[in-house]
Amino acid sequence: MSSSTPLSLRPNLDWLLRAASLGCALTAAVVLLLILLFLTQASWPLLQQPASLLGTTWQPSTGQFGLQAMLGSSLLSSLLALLLAVPAGLLVSIWLIFYAPRAVARVYGGMLGLMASIPSVVYGLWGLVVLVPLLGAWMPPGASLLAAGIVLALMILPLLMVQADVALRESARRHLPAALCLGVSSWSAIRRVLLPAAWPRLWPAILLQLGRALGETMAVLMVAGNVVQWPGSPFAPVRTLTANIALEMSYATGPHLQALYLSGWLLLVLALLLMALARIYGSRT
Amino acid sequence: MISRNLIALACTTLLLSACAPQDKQTITVSGSSTIAPLMAEIGKRFEAQHPDVRVDVQAGGSSRGLQDARSGLAAIGMVSRSLNPDEQDLSPFIIAQDGIAMIVHASNPLDDISSEQVVALYSGRLSDWSDLGGAAGQVVKVHKAEGRSTLELFLKHFKLDNAEVHPDLVIGDNQQGIKSVAGNPHAIGYVSIGTAEYEVNLGAPIKLLALDGQPASTAALLAGQYPLQRELNLVVKGDPDANTQALLAFAQSSEVADLVEQHAFIPAP
Repeated sequence: MSSSTPLSLRPNLDWLLRAASLGCALTAAVVLLLILLFLTQASWPLLQQPASLLGTTWQPSTGQFGLQAMLGSSLLSSLLALLLAVPAGLLVSIWLIFYAPRAVARVYGGMLGLMASIPSVVYGLWGLVVLVPLLGAWMPPGASLLAAGIVLALMILPLLMVQADVALRESARRHLPAALCLGVSSWSAIRRVLLPAAWPRLWPAILLQLGRALGETMAVLMVAGNVVQWPGSPFAPVRTLTANIALEMSYATGPHLQALYLSGWLLLVLALLLMALARIYGSRT
Repeated sequence: MISRNLIALACTTLLLSACAPQDKQTITVSGSSTIAPLMAEIGKRFEAQHPDVRVDVQAGGSSRGLQDARSGLAAIGMVSRSLNPDEQDLSPFIIAQDGIAMIVHASNPLDDISSEQVVALYSGRLSDWSDLGGAAGQVVKVHKAEGRSTLELFLKHFKLDNAEVHPDLVIGDNQQGIKSVAGNPHAIGYVSIGTAEYEVNLGAPIKLLALDGQPASTAALLAGQYPLQRELNLVVKGDPDANTQALLAFAQSSEVADLVEQHAFIPAP
């Protein structure tokens, strides 16, 4: 093939693109696999005695590595965040699409994008110096499951709203004119038609945000209180798996270190399960 | 094509030969994670003055420092306490001092706390500020996370078992402790004296409590009156070689006093 052939007609470039994209895709998959392998290998000695890991006592100096309370706290704080963020996020999206003046909606949309790009540690710092003292004045000690839930909710809210906005707009474009032609009120149209139609796309978005909340470390570390226990109330301090890794990693050796790797392994498996769930629901549309 | 390959080969050989070991002495330092960050910086400054020496600092706890210095795995061990009577086979070189202050919010009327009160608070026998002579309100106990040497000294000094302590808030580093206490009028915590004084000077609303009648300050620490304190030591076994001796002398000299203060310790007398 002579060099005068236009670039767009050279088939070997197609081959190159295909090879490059395949290479990148494979690398990403292999890295994930390697991380999983490494974590499994690093925590293997402890994985063989699962009974000691199910306890609630975390006393590394005496060899007790019960992860139960921390796993529970991770799940509870993330679920609390979803409970706070999902209804609020959906309502705001509906307001933006159906009721807000166009100019306001545009400014608000820009603000959401800005909020989504604020680093989570900033939310954590705000929680530490503003939210925790406020909660502490009401119900000491302040640093608590509730504080973690609120900070996480604030953190996941912007992206949740962006995703809900896309899903609701799409379902409004498809179904709203038809629904309104039947003469129903916009409230019924939203509740009976738009939300059910958008749900298959909302649900994966919610699961993705749950994954983010589960994995958040610094913001939670700053406001959750980090006491290893099952919380008796929303005002009790808790320690999540991620916070535990961040707090103790640089000081751990031997079995203690293995227990921390195991926490990482648990988080990774949880995240993979969530992603799989999101994928299954996403494919049902 | 062949000539190009040859050039590439020659370049590779040159690059590889640059990796060959040189006549550089490596001094291995291992032990306390409290001293390690400071020692790493002292090592860097020492390397700048002695290009033929490399200082390798590894953190792993004071007991590992003792072990490695004894077994010869490390030329120098780092130990963040004074040596026990059964450790006299090693010679200590003190490089800095460190103390731990009990801190409360600046609005707290309390100025002084006794060891018994600290033990009663952290073991859960007392839980209200009115028991300590303050205004009524639940005490929020700030505690350190597992593995911190500050925690070890605190537990050892007050003879507490970590399993008995039921804190309300567990923190990682000194900064987080100071922010937590500064944001909560009911909180009590403990941090390194140097860090606490530094933050008070910057205007943080916290107060250092006197412990058993001894004011918590670097001055009192220097005078040796403050009880909750420790030495940061480098230890060696037998007679070290010339370069190791030079490093020990350097770590104790006034040339590194600014590094010691940066790490919120007090330079050795």
